[in-house]
This record gives sequence, structure tokens and C-alpha cells, in this order.
Amino acid sequence: MRDSFVTIAYIAASALFILSLGGLSRQQTARRGNLFGIAGMLIALTATAARMDFGGYGILVAALLPGIVIGALLAWRVQMTAMPQLIAILHSFVGFAAVLVGIATYLSQHQQVGEGEAAIHLIEIFIGVCIGSVTFTGSVIAFGKLQGKITGRPLLIPGRHLVNIALLIFTVALGVWFFRAPGIEGQTALVAATMLTGLLGAHLVLAIGGADMPVVVSMLNSYSGWAAAAAGFMLSNDLLIITGALVGSSGAILSYIMCQGMNRSFLSVMLGGFGTEAATASSADTSQEGVVQSVDASQAADLLRGARKIVIVPGYGLAVAQAQHALAEVVRLLRERGADVRFAIHPVAGRLPGHMNVLLAEANVPYDIVFEMDEINSTLNEVDVVLVIGANDIVNPSAMEDPSSPIAGMPVLRVWEARTVVVMKRSMASGYAGVNNPLFYRENTLMLFGDARKVTDEIVTEMRSQLNK
Amino acid sequence: MIRIGIPREVHPGERRVAATPQTVLRLRKLGFEVAVQTGAGDEINCSDAMYREADATIVKDVRQLWEESSVVLKVRPPEQHPVLGVHEAELLREEGWLIGFIWPAQNRELLARLSARRATVFAMDCVPRITRAQKMDTLSAMANIAGYRAVVEAANHFPRFFGGQMTAAGRIDPAKVMVIGAGVAGLSAIGTARALGAIVKAFDPRSATREQVRSMGADFLELNLTEDGEGAGGYAKEMSDAFLQAELALFAAQAMEVDIIITTALIPGKKAPTLITTGMVESMKPGSVIVDLAAEQGGNCAMTRPGEVVTHKGVTIIGYTDLPSRMASMSSQLYGATLVAMLGELLSGDGLTVNLENQVVRGALVLHDGELTWPPPTPPPPPEPGVASQNGVSTPVHAGAQNVINHERTEGVNLLWVALAGAALLGIGFIAPASTLGHFTVFMLACFVGWQLVWNVKPALHTPLMSVTNAISGIILLGGMLQLSNSAFSMTTILSAVAVLIAAINIAGGFLVTKRMLAMFRK
Repeated sequence: MRDSFVTIAYIAASALFILSLGGLSRQQTARRGNLFGIAGMLIALTATAARMDFGGYGILVAALLPGIVIGALLAWRVQMTAMPQLIAILHSFVGFAAVLVGIATYLSQHQQVGEGEAAIHLIEIFIGVCIGSVTFTGSVIAFGKLQGKITGRPLLIPGRHLVNIALLIFTVALGVWFFRAPGIEGQTALVAATMLTGLLGAHLVLAIGGADMPVVVSMLNSYSGWAAAAAGFMLSNDLLIITGALVGSSGAILSYIMCQGMNRSFLSVMLGGFGTEAATASSADTSQEGVVQSVDASQAADLLRGARKIVIVPGYGLAVAQAQHALAEVVRLLRERGADVRFAIHPVAGRLPGHMNVLLAEANVPYDIVFEMDEINSTLNEVDVVLVIGANDIVNPSAMEDPSSPIAGMPVLRVWEARTVVVMKRSMASGYAGVNNPLFYRENTLMLFGDARKVTDEIVTEMRSQLNK
Repeated sequence: MIRIGIPREVHPGERRVAATPQTVLRLRKLGFEVAVQTGAGDEINCSDAMYREADATIVKDVRQLWEESSVVLKVRPPEQHPVLGVHEAELLREEGWLIGFIWPAQNRELLARLSARRATVFAMDCVPRITRAQKMDTLSAMANIAGYRAVVEAANHFPRFFGGQMTAAGRIDPAKVMVIGAGVAGLSAIGTARALGAIVKAFDPRSATREQVRSMGADFLELNLTEDGEGAGGYAKEMSDAFLQAELALFAAQAMEVDIIITTALIPGKKAPTLITTGMVESMKPGSVIVDLAAEQGGNCAMTRPGEVVTHKGVTIIGYTDLPSRMASMSSQLYGATLVAMLGELLSGDGLTVNLENQVVRGALVLHDGELTWPPPTPPPPPEPGVASQNGVSTPVHAGAQNVINHERTEGVNLLWVALAGAALLGIGFIAPASTLGHFTVFMLACFVGWQLVWNVKPALHTPLMSVTNAISGIILLGGMLQLSNSAFSMTTILSAVAVLIAAINIAGGFLVTKRMLAMFRK
């Protein structure tokens, strides 16, 4: 009786999770989607708690409450620019929990019955723990890189592919040992495998550079889902399986979209080390550099004031400088003057899928003037001024024009088709890919050097004073 | 061989002709013999010699031309011949064919005359506006020219630049143009005005036109009403009173702001709606120009005088009804080409036949051996908004960079993956017990549900998507809960409690941060 009640509750929770993801497809329904998710979670937790017919409630509450408080504090205090870090660390929690649940399941497996299922059960535990472990350490490293605690540059130890393969082989060997061990004596093997896969996860992410983080974070998102699904298999719990599969495929799609945004295969991103060979290649032909025209903030303000159609291309630099509020003010002033201002978001701009959209939303930029690359690219030739802030590779014309370029074939925003391009940048340094950007030397490109936040503030001041005149 | 006759147009001021030397050549290639009245091409700078070079016979006598031609191509509907003093319909030979503009709704009397000749008549103005008939869509071709010319006429009467400039002598603001009606003429006017550098806004009651307007670089003026004006055959239908009121209020507000208004609003078979009142004209800045492309149907502006240019309190109102004829060479070329396409449609084997099953032919057929076949059965409903329209205006589409290069390679890789996945599934089928397979079914189905759902998520919401999936992957908490037991100090319980704790961080943190983020998204 009780069990079927729990099953019904799980079905309801699964349906609510599906509706939750469905709701996120549009801004109008997204909030409702989030509420569905919360409702589903509450139902699932209540039903599971009802099934615990022993006095474990004390421990449950003791563990649950601090978790909720910590989570709430994290959520309320996080800066929108720090979203990628938060997401990464949350992924690591799922991974860690999966490891713990896996080991706990193994230790208590004497409760399990059914000889024939024992073998597959062991495999499930082993795989679940390994995925959880990779997710955990990978996410911790990703967090460190995003937070700036670890250098964003890829760590490329010699023979790193061999190291990865060796780690994998050892893990499989441990798996065989674990599988053969009687009772719960395989725990040593299990813990060792956890360590090895943890090392693998850390090493994989260490080898990936900062700008590939959108792929890494979505991939870890996917892994955390698979880890939950694996836990569902080992506990024979369909709700965990469904939820894990939903999350897993969601992350997989995001990774795919991010890879498309860079015109690279998932494998080449994961193997890491992008941009190093490129740096040497392009440093050789620096002779092609031309003359750079630079302007100051007041000239830029003049240009913007005289323009009717303006497109703003934000990049990671915007998040680093925290310039989104100042930028939103510029946009507000321009729109008050009747200018047509739009934002163009490249799929891999920032360090997280949709990162720029969240930043702009935080700064109160209406989402109906924020466009995706494909929506805006064909209209860029009608634009008077394009303002590029803290972006580089995503507006690099050599992706389209130079087949030998390391980023050849990557879809880019064709900002150079506009009448004038203003590039706000700290220096002439090349972007993440280490590729020279010919855009900076174009006749219709003006460079506006300086910290994005400071320069944008100057533009705001300049525009206000012009209005008062 | 079938002989086609091209008479010189007799309507006063009509400068077009139904065939140019180029289209004559194409008719010859289709296997027709072509006779052209002497001087037919004078107004488009095509001499008899040029027609002769294109292998046409030049005929001096009008009567002979009409009498000897099985098919006569004309621009204007037949009318009283000013020199011969007979009606052109009487010149058409018995059972002869006539192709041209007929306007059957307005020319009942002409139909009767032609019917008496037992003529077969095709009206180019009745060609259905469907995709297949685009190459015969004379109205669109003429409207395109009219829209272009409307802007040129406006520029001619407008005392300033269209484009803005920054000159040594000071700043010049760009002209503001409002185009009413975004049909072919309207879109053409938008494109031309944009090309001259003006700021262009456009209004049309049909919401499907919004994208087309924007693709031409103009702003689309919106009413805060939800009524779609899409009628049959790609025309606008008449709108409700509330809609008209809102429309007029919008125009009144715009009239004070813009420098040039171009109106193209027509409702088939009815008098054109009056959209610009005398009051609005007077509210415009002196020097402003209105071009009324609906002048022939009574005009969209209350002050329009068809065929004339009038000035009222400094505002010039142009009511020319012959804009295509003012660009006779261009119009004749396009018109002639649509006629060639029409004849191609009628040609079967080496003779001309009337195939009533052919929607294009049936639509244009007005008289069949003297019998009235107009109006044809009702045309199908309009296409969905956003689907390619019949006016042939398309947004330039850039091919997506060099993405293609990668695709060919991934094709092979994809096959490999499919094969691997199939092998893996088979393997699982061999070793896994039945209960696990049940879970596996659930797992696969959930993967596909997730796959379908997530593709629909807008890229702008990818971060909230991640944080929500993050929160719900905290469902692993259940795994911890199920392992909790009474003995507080067993290893299992400790591990599980820690798992519950961190999974709870995930759940609370994920949902709350999503809530925070979503609250910021606003329109």
C-alpha cells in the first residue's frame, strides 16, 4: 500500500520535472517551470521520507537543514558574474554525493537480495562511483579555474593522453578486482578507483583552457545527471533514473551547442590544449599588422550619439570588468534618444551557456533586444555602430577568411560589415585562441583601450553632459 | 506557325509596349512568329530596326496587324482607337486570342464586345498570386516599379537630402519616410528609400508583413490591437472600426513627425480607404511630400487628385496614376517577360491550348471562345504568416560560414557512434537481468524526453536551465535518504548523511538561484 503510494508520488515528481524543463523553453513560462521543479522535489522528498519507517528522521533533519541553509546563502549572495563558479561547485556536490551514495550502497549491500542480480548491481555501483568521482574533481577544478584560483591556461604535461589512458586501464583493472571480491571486501578497490577517476577528472579539466569552460561546465552538468542516474540503477529507483537522464541529456545538448559555437568536435575540446600551437603559428606572421586607430571615451560617445542602429557584442571581458550596469545605462540613454540598440550574443560568449543573457538581465536590459548570433548576423551590414566589449575571438574575421587560421570555420559575428566598429579592450593582446585579430586593423574599426567598466562609465558621463547642454 | 501581334498602345500617355526586342527573341525561340506595329517601341527607345533585328515582322497597317495575328499582346485594355475611330475589340479577329491587362471587374462593357468576337482573353491582372505563377505575376512586377518610382518622385519634390550627412557646413538629419501598406509596392518603396539613406517606418494591417518590413530595414509600426488583416490572395481585407480608429490615430501622430508619406493601401474591388485626412496633411511640416499610389482607386489621401500633383499649405501631394509607364523601358521589359512566361504556360506541343486544370491559366482566363469564365473559383487561403510570400521579396540569407567542412567528417563519426550504441545495447541485452532492463527502458525513455525538451530551450535561458537541472540532480538526496538507518554511527549512515547534506545544498541553492535569475529577465 505504502509502496504504491510512493510510486505514484514518484510519477508525479517525474512529470513535474519534465514540465519544469519544458517551462524553461521561454522566458514567459520559465518562472512557472522553476516552481514545478520545486514542487516535484518536495513531493519526491516527502514520499521518500514517508517510506523511511524507522527513526532515521533525526539524522535526516540534522543533515537536511544545514544543507538547505548553506544552499540558500550561496544562492542569495552569489554575484551574477560569478554564476559559472556557482554552477561548477554545485556540480561537484552532485558528483560527491553520488560517490558517497555509491560507497554507502556497497557497504550495506548485505541487505540486497537476488543472486543473479548481484553481478549487475556491482557493476552499477562501480560505474556510478566512477562517474561521480570524475564529476566531483572535474567540477572542483573548473570552479578553481573560473574563480581564478587556478590559472585558466591549460596545463599540458607531456604525454598527457597516455596518462589518461593509463588511468582508465588501471580503473578497469580495479573494477575487475572489485567485481571478484567477496562480501564487502571490494571496498579497497572501490576507494582506489574513486581516487584514480578523481585524478582523471581533475587532469582532464586542467588541460582545458578558460574559454572552453562553457563546454566543460555543460559536460559536467551532463555527468552529474549520469551520476544521479547511475545511483538510481544501483538503488533500483526509477525517479533517480528519470531525473538523472533528464539532466544528463540536457547537459549533453548544451555541450553539443557550445561545440557547434566553436566549430570544434567535442573530442577535440575534451582533449584540451587548444590555442598553444596557434600562438606560435600566428606570432610568425605578425608582419601583416596594420595601423590601429584608437579613440577615447568622449569620441566614442559622440559616435554612439550620432548612430541610429547600434549593436553591442558583449564577451567575457564584460563579466570580468562587471561593466554590465554601466553598459545598461548607456543603452538606456541611447534608447531614450530613439536609437535602435540591440545586443548580439555569440553562443560561446562568456564562461557558461547563456552567461551573457543572465548578466544583461541582471542589469535590467529587456530581453527582447537581446538577439542570438544567427538572428542578427545577416542584419549587421545595416548597422551604424557595433560596440564590441571584452570579446575577441567571436568577432574575428579570419575565422571566415583565412582557412589556415586555427579558428577557421568557427561561426563568428560579422561585425566588420557594419559602418563602424568600436572595440573596447584592455590592450592589443590576442584572445583565448591566441589568434591575431585582423578586425583591429580594419579601416572601419576604432579601438577604445581601457578597463571596460571605467570606459563605459566615462561614456555614460559624457552622454549625460551632452544631454544637459 | 502561330503569329503574335504587338500593336502600338493607343491610351493617351501610355508609353509601355507589350514586347521589347529581347522578349520578341524569346517568343521566337518558343516557336512563334511575331508581328510588331511600326513605331510600337518608339517610347521605350526601341526602333523598328531593333525589332526587325530580333526577327519580328514590322507591319504598318493596324487593321492588318490585328487581322493577321492569332494572338494579340497588349498592355492597356482595348479601347476606342483614336485614329481609326473603331474600338480595338472590333479589330481583333473572330475567335482571336488577346492577352493583356483587362480589369474585368471594371470593364464589363469591354467583355461584352470581346465576347461578341468569340474571343479567348487572358487578363494578366487576374493571374493568381501563387508561388508557381510568380514569373507571370505582372501586378507584382508593376508594383515593384511603382514603389521605386514613388520614392524617386517624392525625392524630386522633396527639398532636402534623404540620407543624413555630417558635412563641414553642419549636420544634415536624414529624412523620415512612412510607408503605408507593405505589399510589393510598399516593400519596394521601403527598399528604395532606405537605399537613399532615409529612416523608414512602415505600417500594414497584415501581421505577416512585419518580418518582411524589417528585412528591408524599416521599422514596423504596431497597433495595440489584435486583428489580422490578411485576406484571400495576399491582399488586405477591410478592417473593423476599432482597428481603423487606432490606425488613423497612429497616422495622425506619424504625420507630424515624418517628411514623406507613401501610401499603397488597396482593397480589391473597392474604393481605396482614406487614411490621410486633410487635417493630417495640414499637420505635416512644410516641404513634406505625399505620394499616393492608390490614386487611381480614389486615393488614400483625402486631398489626392488622380494624375496630378497638388500643393496644399506647403505639402506636395502626388497622385500620378501612371508610375510604371513613367519608367516605360523597365516596365515593358518586365511585362514582356511575364507575357512570354504566360505563353509558355499555354503552349503544348506546337499549338496553344487552354488547360482548365491549370490553376494559373484558369485564373487568368476571362473569356473562353466568347464565353465568360470570370471570376474563377475562389483562390485558396493565404499562407501562414512568416512562410515565403507570393511577392517574391526574400531576405538575403548568408550561408553559414564554413560549417559544412566539418559536417562531412562527422557524418562518418555519427555512423560509428550508432553502431557502437547498437552493439552496447545488444551486450546489455545479453547480460542484464530482466529487472535491470525495466529500469533501462525507463532510462532510455527519459533520455529521449530530456533530449526533446532541451532543444526547445532558448539559448538566453541556458544558464537558468543549468541551475535548474543542477537543483533537480540534487535528487540524489533520495539515494542518501534510503541508506539512512537507525544506527547513527554506522559507516553507511555517516556517508549517507553527508550525501544528504551536500545534495540539499544543491537543491536549495539551485532552485533559489534560478528564481533569482528568472526574476531579472524582463521585457
